Amino acid sequence: MTMMTKTLSLTATLATALTLAAAAAHAEGEMEKCYGVAMAGQNDCAAGPGTTCAGTAKMDYQGNAWKLVPAGTCTTMQTPHGMGSLEPIKM
Amino acid sequence: MLAHPDFITAFRQGLFNGTLPPGLTVPAPDEAERRFAVYRNNVAHSLGRALAARFPVIERLVGPEFFAAMARVYLGGDLPASPLLFQWGDGFAGFLQGFPPVAGLPYLPDVARLEFARGRAWHAADHPPAPPEALAAAAAQADTARLALHPSVALLASDFAVVSIWQANQPDALPAPIDATQTETALILRDRRDAVRVLALPPGDAAFARALQSGAPLLIAAESAAHAAPRHDPARLLLCLMQAGALITPDTGEPR
Repeated sequence: MTMMTKTLSLTATLATALTLAAAAAHAEGEMEKCYGVAMAGQNDCAAGPGTTCAGTAKMDYQGNAWKLVPAGTCTTMQTPHGMGSLEPIKM
Repeated sequence: MLAHPDFITAFRQGLFNGTLPPGLTVPAPDEAERRFAVYRNNVAHSLGRALAARFPVIERLVGPEFFAAMARVYLGGDLPASPLLFQWGDGFAGFLQGFPPVAGLPYLPDVARLEFARGRAWHAADHPPAPPEALAAAAAQADTARLALHPSVALLASDFAVVSIWQANQPDALPAPIDATQTETALILRDRRDAVRVLALPPGDAAFARALQSGAPLLIAAESAAHAAPRHDPARLLLCLMQAGALITPDTGEPR
């Protein structure tokens, strides 16, 4: 292949790849914090890695521990104590 | 009696070299040494736990007892410079590299770099992802278009199977044989869900991502990837970066 055709074919591959990525951009939805659905030790944490509160929920479905779940699904999560909540639950 | 700032300095030095700071008062003077030793131990222990929380895979690889003892040696040479503990540990990989007792585990420094990069990705600045229209526009002008990477994105090229080793030591991982000497490039980023992800990039993808990170136009990145891996197709990588929200529109003007 000449230099020119090589560049043209690279450009074409790139254009296809970018088009695919643009089309899939909405595939990944937003998340929301959902309280009262995390199992003991499985809660997420606002402070993230390097800190110690992720995974510290002491009991299953702890009301003040939250877990990131796909947005819109939180209040439909059935637990033994009722539905999940977007606010911390009083224990 | 020392002035307060001098006392604080002497106290801080004493915490790590064991010298009792002058001016320390206790109800029973002969207890000063013992009480200060308790205080010193609490400081060293809590910093050791903070380090373990930052490098959980290193702790798992060497074992908690070894890690705790090693942390005390590390503390002696690299104390937190800021009360923000997440900024501490930058020097740990370099320390591991020169610490003779772990010379038999040559991949440890890169695993530590990966773990530190995860924390850094988590705390990196926010930046809105490039909108789908920006990608469509780039597709229409693929020969000149530019895209940049989100501030959370980090690349780590290793002589070892750094990603496989890290993954195999996650809490839910199943044991499987690993060839530690297989070279791997790690991509670390924080995705749209604020989850920090670690991916192993094949050579073509690694070259593509590195070129983007250095501010090169997409076509140059594609050339660099094709050089590293003939007939490289960037579709998988671009899709993955887009879905994670890691592609951004570059700043106009000066390169980042």
